[in-house]
Amino acid sequence: MKSAWTMLGLTLLAACLAAAPARAGDPPEQPVPAPPCDVPAYLLSSESALPKVTDAVKASQPLNVLVVGSRSSTIPGNEASAYPATMQAALKEAFPAAKIDLSVELQGKSTAEETAGTLVKLVEAKKPTLVIWQTGTVDAMRAVDPDDFRTAINDGVVALRGAGADVVLVNLQYSPRTETMISAPPYLDNIKVVAQQHDVPLFDRFAIMKQWSDAGYFDLFSTSHGVDLAKKVHACLGRALAKFVIDAAHLGPVQQN
Amino acid sequence: MSSIADPIAGSPVPDSNTEARADAEVKAKAAAPAITLPAAGERELRLDLFRGLALWLIFIDHLPTNLLTWLTIRNYGFSDATEIFIFISGYTAAFVYGRAMLEGGFVIATARILRRVWQIYVAHVFLFTIFLAEISYVATSFENPLYTEEMGIMDFLKQPDVTIVQALLLRFRPVNMDVLPLYIVLMLFLPLILWLMKWKPDVTLGLSVLLYALTWQFDLYLSAYPNGFWAFNPFAWQLLFVFGAWCALGGARRMSRILSSNITMWICIAYLVASFFVTLTWYVPQLGHIMPKLIEQWMYPINKTDLDVLRFAHFLALAALTVRFLPRDWPGLKSRWLRPLILCGQHSLEIFCLGVFLAFAGHFVLAEVSGGAALHALISVCGILIMCGMAWIISWYKHSADKGASKKGAAGNADLAGGGA
Repeated sequence: MKSAWTMLGLTLLAACLAAAPARAGDPPEQPVPAPPCDVPAYLLSSESALPKVTDAVKASQPLNVLVVGSRSSTIPGNEASAYPATMQAALKEAFPAAKIDLSVELQGKSTAEETAGTLVKLVEAKKPTLVIWQTGTVDAMRAVDPDDFRTAINDGVVALRGAGADVVLVNLQYSPRTETMISAPPYLDNIKVVAQQHDVPLFDRFAIMKQWSDAGYFDLFSTSHGVDLAKKVHACLGRALAKFVIDAAHLGPVQQN
Repeated sequence: MSSIADPIAGSPVPDSNTEARADAEVKAKAAAPAITLPAAGERELRLDLFRGLALWLIFIDHLPTNLLTWLTIRNYGFSDATEIFIFISGYTAAFVYGRAMLEGGFVIATARILRRVWQIYVAHVFLFTIFLAEISYVATSFENPLYTEEMGIMDFLKQPDVTIVQALLLRFRPVNMDVLPLYIVLMLFLPLILWLMKWKPDVTLGLSVLLYALTWQFDLYLSAYPNGFWAFNPFAWQLLFVFGAWCALGGARRMSRILSSNITMWICIAYLVASFFVTLTWYVPQLGHIMPKLIEQWMYPINKTDLDVLRFAHFLALAALTVRFLPRDWPGLKSRWLRPLILCGQHSLEIFCLGVFLAFAGHFVLAEVSGGAALHALISVCGILIMCGMAWIISWYKHSADKGASKKGAAGNADLAGGGA
């Protein structure tokens, strides 16, 4: 099936290229560059700051990171390869002297509103310096009213800040196969709005993954059942997220992009 | 909608030769009842043109982002093709059925409107069937561990009975299938709108604005299945539809002084330019810091569900400039280059449905064949060509294939034509 479609596609593509020489200027399939997952600099920098992270690292105190998210913050059966763990590894690499603790709190089926209610307790229990809150997917799938979604994130961010933690927001995955079923844009927009209002750094996972897909680094349309692709994508996400945190915390030059 | 007289008189669709005659006929008819229906009888090619354009843009916007996406107006301002489509639908519906109401009375007009609603409903159900086939395929073939969470969206397939019933009730609506249910609801209320308009058009428009304001104040919405809400809130979007109807029934003429004033023109231009710059900051994030924080906080989010005032104003500005700079008798409207666009606009329901279907098909092909930018653009262009071809075939049916039958069976056809509405 797949190969038939591929053939059809190649034929169409060839026909198109032959029929429209003007298109010949389009870049052909890009070869995968040396760093396997480049991210444009603007997606890795933020105007907002992470003062508590800055202080902790500068004072050589342990950096306690809590990731709160839904199922897209993990790879079933391969938690150690999921982006929270790879981010921790990248942070350790950047600050060999620092002690970096990670805890991950997965709330698989919770909307932002349900998660927001649990945040204060979580912070009291784990005393994180930094909370990375990945959200939006469950809300988009359930088509929660975007206004309610925004209010929930707003409340959550205020609560986290009030409890003394820095916050980074992470938005939805780019999932091309479900684009006709899940309407992501309202949720992406509303996370952005809250991030702007509260000066919270927003890690734009959606734009980054879309960038990778467009550049041909990953085939996110793949029907493969293997776990390989997921591991690679998470490895890249973790590294990018670490860079993003380092940049937002103004901790030295972001090394090789 | 080939001419206004057509659906009422049940006469065969006049071609351009007989148009002048039909025109005169309509003028005579319009002169008789001294109510607010417009005297201008000439078929408004501008409406067909822009509705055709809206259909093309909606199709392109429903495909994954590609080269052609950069041609769609949503990248250059707040509003998008949906506004154009709903406004023109309100305009033409009021034009066609308003006349039916004047000449045949409330009951006749209502009956005709309801038949139209039924056609749209059937079209919606047909599209839903295709959608169901597509996602069932994805659900059975796609099991990427990266997306275990997102695939949860398929859970509704475990209860096909409930899902299908909810779809028939218009409560379960996949992404990109929101416009037709909105249209169905708006058309259902058209008899009431027209009846009120016949009484006092300005009061009707006022009521519509009031409903819009109440929607924002009290957060009125229609719920959807399994949860959530209608992506196009009919309580808010009715404003565009009613405004279109109001313009059709004489409002546009009464506004002509405002529309032709230079002050209006400059306000519109200023607003369009400002919104263009705001949009630019979305696509060139490096520019983001130019925007003053205060304005950002006041402006965002620009709510599509409830037809944000900024979007409505953007549409008004666009429409005002269009009316000013593109006169009704612009010769280009008759040119063969714009013919495909106009044909698409004249068969809007069929072409709209085809567009939704082609967008599904396009998604599917793009997913199966990991093609590059060229293939994306090719699919968009092919889709538009198919839409034009279909519009041409439909009008061929009307002009030629059905001609013999038109003496007797005109009513059914005529309504499809009127249904351009």
